[in-house]
Amino acid sequence: MKRTVIPLGPFHPLLEEAEFFKLYVEGETVVDVDLRIGYMHRGIERLSTEKNWDQSTYLVERICGICSTSHPMAYVQAVEDLGGFDIPDRAKFIRVIICELERIHSHLLWVGLAGHFIGYDTVFMWAWKYREPILDICEKLTGNRNHYAMMKPGGVRRDLDKNDFAWVHKELDKVIAKTEMLTGAVLDDPVLHARMKKVGVLSKEDAVGYGTVGPTVRASGIPDDIRVDDPYAAYDKLDFNVCTWPSGDVFGKAAVRLLELIESVKLVKQCMDEMPEGPIDARIKRVPEGEGIGHAEAPRGEVFHYVRGDGGNSPIRHKIRAPSYVNIPSFKATCIGHTISDVALITAAVDPCYCCTERMAVLDNSSDEFIMSGKELETESRKVTAKLKADYGRLTPVEETVAKFLKEG
Amino acid sequence: MSDMSALAATQIRFGATLLDVSLHNERRAYISIDKKDAPSVCRYLYEEQGGRLATASGIDMRSGIEILYHFMIPRDHQLITLKIKVEKPAPETGSCGDFLPAAIWIERELNDILGVTFTGHPDPRRLIMSDDWPEGVYPFRRDFKEPAR
Amino acid sequence: MSLTMWGLKKSPWVYHVALSPCNNCDIEVLDLLTPRFDVERFGIKLVGSPRHADALLVSGSINRMVLPRFVELYKQTAKPCVVFGIGSCALSMTMFRDSYNVKGPLDEVLKEIDPNAIIYYIPGCPPKPETMALGVLKALQSL
Repeated sequence: MKRTVIPLGPFHPLLEEAEFFKLYVEGETVVDVDLRIGYMHRGIERLSTEKNWDQSTYLVERICGICSTSHPMAYVQAVEDLGGFDIPDRAKFIRVIICELERIHSHLLWVGLAGHFIGYDTVFMWAWKYREPILDICEKLTGNRNHYAMMKPGGVRRDLDKNDFAWVHKELDKVIAKTEMLTGAVLDDPVLHARMKKVGVLSKEDAVGYGTVGPTVRASGIPDDIRVDDPYAAYDKLDFNVCTWPSGDVFGKAAVRLLELIESVKLVKQCMDEMPEGPIDARIKRVPEGEGIGHAEAPRGEVFHYVRGDGGNSPIRHKIRAPSYVNIPSFKATCIGHTISDVALITAAVDPCYCCTERMAVLDNSSDEFIMSGKELETESRKVTAKLKADYGRLTPVEETVAKFLKEG
Repeated sequence: MSDMSALAATQIRFGATLLDVSLHNERRAYISIDKKDAPSVCRYLYEEQGGRLATASGIDMRSGIEILYHFMIPRDHQLITLKIKVEKPAPETGSCGDFLPAAIWIERELNDILGVTFTGHPDPRRLIMSDDWPEGVYPFRRDFKEPAR
Repeated sequence: MSLTMWGLKKSPWVYHVALSPCNNCDIEVLDLLTPRFDVERFGIKLVGSPRHADALLVSGSINRMVLPRFVELYKQTAKPCVVFGIGSCALSMTMFRDSYNVKGPLDEVLKEIDPNAIIYYIPGCPPKPETMALGVLKALQSL
């Protein structure tokens, strides 16, 4: 049978970064996926060896805008692992607050984008509207909506004022009430079930083989979470659940993210209530010779940093591995055998952050005839949902819930 | 799987093949091995000890290129790093890509940035360097000279 | 003033181009569509193709791989077109200045292709959505 290639990228309005997928199809079924990366490669690992230990924190923050605090979190831990430095308890709690706020806004962002890919545009508008209070909280506590510059080797850069906590509690309560209602609606919605269940299933064996991390692996029933597997900051002192889902499909990935959102809000509240007094910085003077590894649970999964120093002012090697680097290759296992209308959803379900991966791919393999652009692929996905909604005959639970939110304002 | 930690089990299984085993702290273990043993030890950690390959790092040291395979062992709350050395000017070692899909991309990247050849790799194409990046120029080598912009 | 310029100033259609960004500026650009900022009330519309665009919102530094594709995209954009460099990376490449894989900054690259390119900058890391909306509107009014 003839194989056809559908290029998806490199500039596509809804894929925020340039990447290039080639989908090889026979008829309507995907038989192979190929990726070419390299469009984001900025040579950050090499730049890091030319900056000093403190400057690298600012550099790694700009690897990715959404995982903006997870990269410095992992990096400063690598430096602290290298030197065996202990950091003050107050700094650990502040680190948890910042990391969890990032997780909340990142998952809300994903909910919005997934809603758009499926065809529930009101979910996109609602999710991003409710991201704004979270970004306001970040701005109040750290000074910026993103790129907080809070982490430093040895502690945190700025202290938090407990007079702000009452307001933060109130804003979080608003978001949590809506998220819990939306989670209930998603779990009950028959159109979403039809679109997302048994779609893009990642088996346990493939999940471990590809080394996938984050909600992608937890949705396959494997409870891997760095906050529990190798506790850092104050996570060993806090009470929270690791959310898993047994099915491995897109529905599982959505459910895991929504449930994690709720857990993250609980974590932020716990930290604010249990925050100890004390210094926020261990005041590291010199980083000795040696090597260190730090990893953190970013919204997309494990962020891994390895540093080696020779006693000087800069690392001599800084290896960075972002979660999407291991999650994206799993497309080979999840996209094959599905129809092209499902592929947009399957790729979005992994929450790919190409800038984290620092790559995009264009392969000049054997090309066959071109039948459809990336924009048309997304339209195909929305058409399937439109048909399902028409068959269902009335407003779905998600539509009812979102209509209620939008009326309440 | 028994109650023994992955590190202890690996030491028993491979004995003197492991050239050096050191604990930086209870959560970070470093094992030095000869490059010819890397695929078998990696396979053991992945298939029999529940290890997940987090990533692999490469460093150009004066004595040669060091490659480190980092395995996360969730049940032990420990990261085990396997270190091998490959000699220049033609660094090569066996690939883990045929049994470990997680190694496929990272070995391609190490080839792009350090020029290490992984024999037996299922898909040894360029990964991250641009199409017009010159062959034979490796940005993470000590003697790297930036090509014209 | 020609009809095209009048249309551009009254209701600019923008196309978002992410070169090699960290994505933060891109998220803030998408934020412009959401209920809090809602730039559609100013007539600013995000389009899906550069051929329909009056303005390009360009974020990120320019790396070797994306450069030829950006040149191609700029040539395809309908002229007259205004290029907005969003964020510090487009402005000056910031900390990626010394990287082996990054070329730029945006104005030098663009001036080589088109010496008459109209380029405005909206600095910030990332610039807030209000800053971007204000910057775009102010720049277009001054045209």
